[in-house]
Amino acid sequence: MSLLIKNGFVYDPLNGVEGEEMDIAVKDGRIVEKINERKAKIIDASGMVVMPGGVDIHTHIAGSEVNAGRLLRPEDHFIDVEAKTKTTRSGVGHSIPSTFTTGYRYTRMGYTMICNPSMPPLEARHTHEELDDTPIVDKATFPLLGDWWFVLEYLQKEQIEECAAHVAWMMRATKGYAIKIVNPGGVEAWGFGRNVRDLDDPVPNFGVTPREIVRGLCKVNKLLNLPHTIHLHTNRLGQPGNYLTTLETMKCVEDLAEGESPVIHITHCQFSAFKGDDWSTLRSGAEEIAKYVNGHSHVTLDMGQVVFTDTTTMTADGPWQFTLYELSGNKWINHDVETETGGGIVPFRYRRKSYVHATMWSIALELALLIKDPWKIYLTTDHPNGGPFTSYPRIISWLVSTRVRERILKTINKNARKRSLLPSIDREYTLSEIAIITRAGQARALGLQNKGHLGVGADADIAIYDINPREIDLSREYRKVRRAFEKTAYTIKGGKIVAKDGAIVEAIRGRTFWVDAGSSAVIDEESYRRASLDLKKRFRDYWTVEIENYYIPESYLHAPVRISLTKEG
Amino acid sequence: MIKPRRSFKAPVYADCLSPDSFAGRSLKEIVKLEVWEGNRRRTLEELFDIQGEPEDSAEKITLQISGDLRKVRMIGANMTGGKIIIKGDVGMHLGEKMEGGEIIVDGNADSWAGCMMTGGRIEVKGSAGDYLGAPYRGSRNGMNGGAIIVHGDVGNEAGCFMRGGVIKVYGNAKDFVGIHMTGGEILIKGDCQNRPGADMLDGKIVIYGHVSSILPTFTIEDIRKSVKVDGEKINGPFYRFSGDLANKGQGRLYVSKERNPHLRFYEKYL
Repeated sequence: MSLLIKNGFVYDPLNGVEGEEMDIAVKDGRIVEKINERKAKIIDASGMVVMPGGVDIHTHIAGSEVNAGRLLRPEDHFIDVEAKTKTTRSGVGHSIPSTFTTGYRYTRMGYTMICNPSMPPLEARHTHEELDDTPIVDKATFPLLGDWWFVLEYLQKEQIEECAAHVAWMMRATKGYAIKIVNPGGVEAWGFGRNVRDLDDPVPNFGVTPREIVRGLCKVNKLLNLPHTIHLHTNRLGQPGNYLTTLETMKCVEDLAEGESPVIHITHCQFSAFKGDDWSTLRSGAEEIAKYVNGHSHVTLDMGQVVFTDTTTMTADGPWQFTLYELSGNKWINHDVETETGGGIVPFRYRRKSYVHATMWSIALELALLIKDPWKIYLTTDHPNGGPFTSYPRIISWLVSTRVRERILKTINKNARKRSLLPSIDREYTLSEIAIITRAGQARALGLQNKGHLGVGADADIAIYDINPREIDLSREYRKVRRAFEKTAYTIKGGKIVAKDGAIVEAIRGRTFWVDAGSSAVIDEESYRRASLDLKKRFRDYWTVEIENYYIPESYLHAPVRISLTKEG
Repeated sequence: MIKPRRSFKAPVYADCLSPDSFAGRSLKEIVKLEVWEGNRRRTLEELFDIQGEPEDSAEKITLQISGDLRKVRMIGANMTGGKIIIKGDVGMHLGEKMEGGEIIVDGNADSWAGCMMTGGRIEVKGSAGDYLGAPYRGSRNGMNGGAIIVHGDVGNEAGCFMRGGVIKVYGNAKDFVGIHMTGGEILIKGDCQNRPGADMLDGKIVIYGHVSSILPTFTIEDIRKSVKVDGEKINGPFYRFSGDLANKGQGRLYVSKERNPHLRFYEKYL
């Protein structure tokens, strides 16, 4: 089927297109130069914004942890119910929606690619089953490798190449896409009721420090030439004063960068940008972090915006979840995944009148506004930790309008308002910058060649929003912006119209991207074979399952997309 | 006057049976309101025979419902005013999230009566099931206002996660009265099974009858001659316990001295 999208205002930052009126032609799921107009279906996009499909770099939408959250929170389903329609299934969930609902809701907002950032390798099978049940959007998932015993052992011995061979095996076994590191060392220490204090505090029983883990895996990442950088949830996340640790973490891989390309992604940076000694003296460290990021090109961040709502926090960071449990007195799940990682879940409500919560709200926006280059920071809420992903349109409206920020500032905690840097910032995002932080930048950071842009050959993932950039005053009419981004006029996925006027018209299957690092040039047959042999030999000592059940064959996935690596990338 | 046309096998979700959804609608519109019978969508008129004069405001409306309503759930859900009089036994979730008005049941009510209610009054002439005034499963937002009066017995976990309001039970109660409660008052005139006030942080529970034991995480404070519930003075004497100390709670648990001679050993700790 071919499509012709006519007369839309196109925002395609990766190809340098900024709101020019032009036509986009689609054939067989790809964007093409030209098509036969008479045979194509015409979509009249005049007076509307045309963007590439949205890309979300960090959103917890599948896996055992998310599912445990669903089990923990029946009351979260109760308040948000979607009935079945002719094209969609029924579903429930405000902060942890069921898989089908997740797919539909992302599609309605014009997102077509989402990344599940924390998958315990042992629970990869479950994660992929849920991802396969998340319709329409394309997916990728990042295995948690920062606290895996094998990695810790190799890094302790400084055997980077052997470690790389094992990571390559793990990527293949779990059908993963990037290396995710959560509180390096701390999650392992939590297995013994402890945490690590800073980057140089050695992990109990291994002697390796968080700094060595981050640097080691960063080297492994480069060696394997993975499309994404290491995806890091920093040490001491959520603790006042942690902005120093974050700065230190960014500095510690500075020398590993070559040229302009980034080597580290600090995720949900808001939670890692706290200044102060305790909760009462909490301040924003956004200025210092922004200053560092503005001066260096080896770092990318995502926001981790907090939204004032009832939500569910879930991370692999066990000690931090314990702190949250103690703060809130709420119900809590604590989980240890054998030799690999851990996790925790606590329901949480962010309140406007709470000094800490209001400050957190402010920090994320400060980061997004103070970091000058939008290619370095991306819009996320760390769904569902800071708030559900359905609040993205609201956050977009905050970024484009100082008016709405001032309005909200008036309603939040007085002390938080006094100390917020927001009143001094008058930057307002343009639509082009919004396109960068919601799709183009994220696609580039993920190394996705065919996503996040509308150039010839790209996947025909397109979102059309009903706002006229020539007529609208973004700052004044922020409500209109929000409404437009909540429901697309059209969402096109793989050349098919999947949503129209905010309703799903066709629920197709999405694909799952995974990286075959075993084909990387540095990993020759021999070293890969040795790594698998080593694993096989020791598997019984490390896991409760058999290696045959651990490894996920490609045929297990409904629609896998294998990305084979070469030395050139 | 509302009567079911037949007896129901599948649960009927009839949250539209409330003065609020009847207000301002003509009888013709009312009978077309939607209800679910099991997984089937029906109109009110298919299941119920409805007669009466329409009114503009919920306050003026009195619904009289009679017949076999054991399978009919959520009657009076979200109501803010008016009155519902039910003759016969009624199904689960009676007056869920109700904010005002009055529901009188001349019969028994099933579980979850008055769940999450914030105002108004429910009076059950017979007995009530489990989870009286409790929140939805998993939620901590229990009953936060209003009054529930039960003349008969109640089941387990009456007043679970209660935050405010009054529950009065003239019969007996089963286990876990006022579990997780953080506010409000509960009076049990009859006997009470085990573990009243487990995990309570605040609020008041008064047990006028017999209790087999008090949780070890409660400590005795003193003996009071009388206690007030909802402004009404109830003569004792009562042992006053506070707890649940397992969760640093400061709830007050009053237990009749007369009817609980086996608790006398607590007196030596006074």
